Amino acid sequence: MKKLSARRRHPLAAVVVLLLALAATGGLYAAFAPAEKAQADSSAQSLAIDEGKKLFAVGCSSCHGLNGQGTSDGPSLVGVGSAAVDFQVGTGRMPAQQPGAQVPRKKNIYSQAEIDQLAAYVASLGPGPVTPTPEQYEPSSNDVTNAEQVAKGGELFRTNCAQCHNFNGKGGALTNGKYAPSLEGVDAKHIYEAMQTGPQNMPSFPDTTMPEEQKREIVAFVRHTNDEASPGGLTLGSLGPVTEGLFGWIFGLGTLILIAIWVAAHTTKAKKS
Amino acid sequence: MSENLPEAHDASHGTALVSHDDPFADPGLPAHEPRRTDIDERAAKRAERQVSLMFVVSMLATIGFIASYASIDADKIVYIFPLGHVSALNFALGMTLGVALFCIGAGAVHWARTLMSDHELPAERHPIEADDDVRNDVIEQFKTGAAESGFGRRKMIRNTLIGSMALVPLSGVVLLRDLGPLPEKKLLHTGWDKATQSSPIKLVNMNTDEPMKPEDIVQGSLTFAKPEGLEESAEDFQQQIAKDALMIVRIAPGDIKDAESRDKGFEGILAYSKICTHVGCPISLYEQQTHHALCPCHQSTFDLADGARVIFGPAGHPLPQLKITTDEQGFLIATGDFDEPVGPSYWERPR
Repeated sequence: MKKLSARRRHPLAAVVVLLLALAATGGLYAAFAPAEKAQADSSAQSLAIDEGKKLFAVGCSSCHGLNGQGTSDGPSLVGVGSAAVDFQVGTGRMPAQQPGAQVPRKKNIYSQAEIDQLAAYVASLGPGPVTPTPEQYEPSSNDVTNAEQVAKGGELFRTNCAQCHNFNGKGGALTNGKYAPSLEGVDAKHIYEAMQTGPQNMPSFPDTTMPEEQKREIVAFVRHTNDEASPGGLTLGSLGPVTEGLFGWIFGLGTLILIAIWVAAHTTKAKKS
Repeated sequence: MSENLPEAHDASHGTALVSHDDPFADPGLPAHEPRRTDIDERAAKRAERQVSLMFVVSMLATIGFIASYASIDADKIVYIFPLGHVSALNFALGMTLGVALFCIGAGAVHWARTLMSDHELPAERHPIEADDDVRNDVIEQFKTGAAESGFGRRKMIRNTLIGSMALVPLSGVVLLRDLGPLPEKKLLHTGWDKATQSSPIKLVNMNTDEPMKPEDIVQGSLTFAKPEGLEESAEDFQQQIAKDALMIVRIAPGDIKDAESRDKGFEGILAYSKICTHVGCPISLYEQQTHHALCPCHQSTFDLADGARVIFGPAGHPLPQLKITTDEQGFLIATGDFDEPVGPSYWERPR
């Protein structure tokens, strides 16, 4: 110690200290820097992230903040994952057309490539659910397996989804102007992503509580209810007793009343005939 | 057509002229006008054939109903404009039964209008009371009877009679008891009441039938749970799950406004009864951003971040919350029953 302290005023002491500090910093960086990030720098992934960041700055940053950290107008996107981006932008919900109780579905203005770039950028902000692959969400094309999936999916749908989305997936009302949208004509991928990420006020159903296979079964059931012909003909919206009762009262009873009036008003007297 | 009509009828038209002496004189009934079928036998025969034809069509339709029931495959789907794709069996059954019933009705109406007698028959209205002689006689008889029975004199008989008459309707009121039964203590205990500190019950995911760990439940997710040991194949599963069903949500502990509710949960995981406290509908319209749960029946809304307080609608009580914790292996468990009865409110409810 004495030697060190004796030479601390040596002209080269500052240089030695600087060299030591630089070596320590470099060593620490090499030890702790995430390996993937270091590898990704020149890959297509990092290019996608760069492109996505530019798209984000133009289309999303006014509400979600320049770095996706969230503002008073939009939530933070750290940790929402690429699946959420693919769902929100892919269904046209984002960018939102106006603030309100619920952001409605509308025409999507981004190409799938742009959505993937945006998703890559948002996914780089923090780990989250990853955009699923077709093997994950596409129900089986085998008739027997598909029928089995539809049956199981129906049970899961009635337990987890029917309370908001109606027994037939036609959607329903929630509080204060919010609503559960109809599942008619929604892509299998988007249904799967919605379950994964819980968009807007929908609760999420992560793989830990609803495994991948069950999500696929639910997709199979929703597709089946959309495609299947109605055994009764007119479905009247498949909304249940409200439309059916209204139809019965207005058209059924109304027709009977009109017939009764017609019968009573038309005499068969010879004079008139 | 009118060439078949007798001349007298044309002449009779307009005979009920108002007399100038009495402008309010009763004009009487208009003269009867015969129908074509009354005066033209050919028309009557034709009407008869029409009515019979409709009845025969009805018979054929009924036979068609039975035939289609027997012959059409229940799974067959056909395209029918403008209904679209419909089940062939449903369509055939509905159509034939509809035609069968309609033809009976239409035939009956046609028969009544063309062939049955349509002579106008005045039915004059008279006062409905009896004449004075009859009334006096009845009053006299009543008085005699009352005097002979000693009804006014023997007060004990009179009073007990009145008493018994007054009590008889009570038996009807008692029969209303059948509208019950009252829940008694059935809602006080659920399937969770077998759980104790020493032998807790695991919470089992309704989807996977597996016990859950806290890390499985992410914020913003919704999971339904039942007590371990309650199998769907059990005979009384529906009765049990109607009381035991849980909805499990995870809310950032800082967002939970009710301290008691936060303590009953585990690291922000809250387990609430899924049964509405109004009339017992299953409620799980959970909005993960507002933490409101909505009942689809009568729109009772509960704030799950505030001890499931009722913030809208007819429900009278917050949703009961199950106290949960974890065991040594890290599975979510309950060590006791709900503090209060689950399900709809009733008079005997303790709180």
